[in-house]
Amino acid sequence: MDKIRESLLKPSRTSKLERRGKLISLVSLSSICLVVIAIFIFIAFRGLATFTSDHVSLVDFVTGTVWNPDVEVNGQPLVGALPMITGSFLITILATALALPFAIGTALMMTDITPKMGTKILQPVLELLVGIPSVVYGFVGLTVVVPFIRDVFGGSGFGILAGTFVLFVMVLPTVTSMTVDALRSVPKNYRSASLALGATRWQTIYKVVLRAATPGILTAIVFGMARAFGEALAVQMVVGNAALMPSSLVAPASTLTSVLTTGIGNTVLGTVQNDALWSLALILLLMSLTFNLVIHFIAKRGELKQ
Amino acid sequence: MANTILKTKDVKLKYGDFEALHGIDLSFNENEITALIGPSGCGKSTFLRCLNRMNDLIDGVTITGEFDYRGKDVYAEDYDIVELRKQIGMVFQQPNPFPMSIYDNVAYGLRVAGVRDKETLDEAVQTSLKQAAIWDEVKDKLDKSALALSGGQQQRVCIARALAVSPDIILLDEPTSALDPHSSRQIEATLLQLKEKYTIITVTHNLQQAARIADRTAFFLQGDLIEADDTKNIFMNPAHKETSDFITGRFG
Ligand SMILES: Nc1ncnc2c1ncn2[C@@H]1O[C@H](COP(=O)(O)OP(=O)(O)OP(=O)(O)O)[C@@H](O)[C@H]1O
Ligand SMILES: [Mg+2]
Repeated sequence: MDKIRESLLKPSRTSKLERRGKLISLVSLSSICLVVIAIFIFIAFRGLATFTSDHVSLVDFVTGTVWNPDVEVNGQPLVGALPMITGSFLITILATALALPFAIGTALMMTDITPKMGTKILQPVLELLVGIPSVVYGFVGLTVVVPFIRDVFGGSGFGILAGTFVLFVMVLPTVTSMTVDALRSVPKNYRSASLALGATRWQTIYKVVLRAATPGILTAIVFGMARAFGEALAVQMVVGNAALMPSSLVAPASTLTSVLTTGIGNTVLGTVQNDALWSLALILLLMSLTFNLVIHFIAKRGELKQ
Repeated sequence: MANTILKTKDVKLKYGDFEALHGIDLSFNENEITALIGPSGCGKSTFLRCLNRMNDLIDGVTITGEFDYRGKDVYAEDYDIVELRKQIGMVFQQPNPFPMSIYDNVAYGLRVAGVRDKETLDEAVQTSLKQAAIWDEVKDKLDKSALALSGGQQQRVCIARALAVSPDIILLDEPTSALDPHSSRQIEATLLQLKEKYTIITVTHNLQQAARIADRTAFFLQGDLIEADDTKNIFMNPAHKETSDFITGRFG
């Protein structure tokens, strides 16, 4: 009896191990949180300096169309970020919209139409595409896409359209593989129920499978947009880097990321020019936060429907 | 004498290398209820799925033998499977309503067949839900998701969904296994009414149910059809020892 009592009262080896494991994960978790919070605070602090210490008005920053931080007019630097904001949104939306039909088509090949060939050929291709570094995409864009656009539309070839094509290829694998997951998670018995009611395969795909997978596909789209919005290097190589309001899809333009990557090395910390770049970074951060919130929201809604 | 509507001859089925059916000869009469009984894993569901070619969806299945449905070979090259499945409806062992409203679930079969008229759809949805003995429970929430229903209610919506397209034959795989006795009785009453218009083939583990509703009963054992006869004969006077052992609960 006493032995049992003793062993019940004393923490056992496994419970000690468990406590140690918990401690380790707690430490890792809190340090990650700390780093993230620190980054947030840092960027916010720097990004807001434009408005607090340099006295640029927020409205001017978001709606101004001239980006030239070196020039001051009436004691105010010219930091209108609208051209880059427009550029970023245009490229993101166009690239994702272009990728979506391809992604859904390819994903359906892999799940419903020719699943055997799909998983044997398309799956490895997708994985390969994900793994290619973005500088390679940018390089290919520079040597293939830009001259192509130059030949077809005239002009320099650099611009939103070139960025769209490059990002299209870059987001396609992400959006496709997430769409595949969404389609695979549609229970098999929905398909059999539909077929047993005399629906054709297309009717089944269109009316049941795609419908049931909609929350997952929406998540895939938002992920693709987040990726496109944040991509810097490849876009910078083909977009032309002119901080002007894009007058057409084939005119040189810029995005938040491209201005950041080209400008950040040429400014001195604490100057207006530098602060303005941090403000752009803050916008990027807020946007990716928004994308994340949207994904969470969709996931929640999807759960409720089940 | 009743008309034979569907007849199988020497039906063998393999899942990969595993032969699940070893040559089934069975015929079904028009406007009758046929019950398939037998211990778990004997191939009842497998055989049922052959009849509307649902086994085609499973990888590695090989099916041989003859399936004569109203004078035509169901497995012929040029047989229109979509048409077949409109004629031979099915209710699955697991309730599988679509993640849509109850109304859309029941109207699904008609819609994919091209019916657009709202009145026709309304009418069909109401009639089928009544036939499936669930109208009273769902009539106020037809626009709610079918997934929010209980398992038994879901199954009855699935029955309604199959009835809505007015098939010729209805295949049911243990339609009442998820239901309480009261709803089961309602479904049984429904089936008895439906056989005026339809031919019904049902798998059941409930022998009393088979005795109550089936005109004919077929007893399966380990992929073989032991015997098929009028239900009365199967229960009162079986020709095989295995059958009487099963009926009296000595195994299975
Ligand atoms: N998709 C499948 N792949 C491989 N084997 C299968 C498959 N489906 C069924 N089987 C096998 O075929 C045999 C018959 O199965 P089936 O589901 O037809 O039995 P059943 O009579 O309906 O049983 P229950 O009463 O439990 O539903 C079983 O041995 C089962 O393991
Ligand atoms: Mg079964």
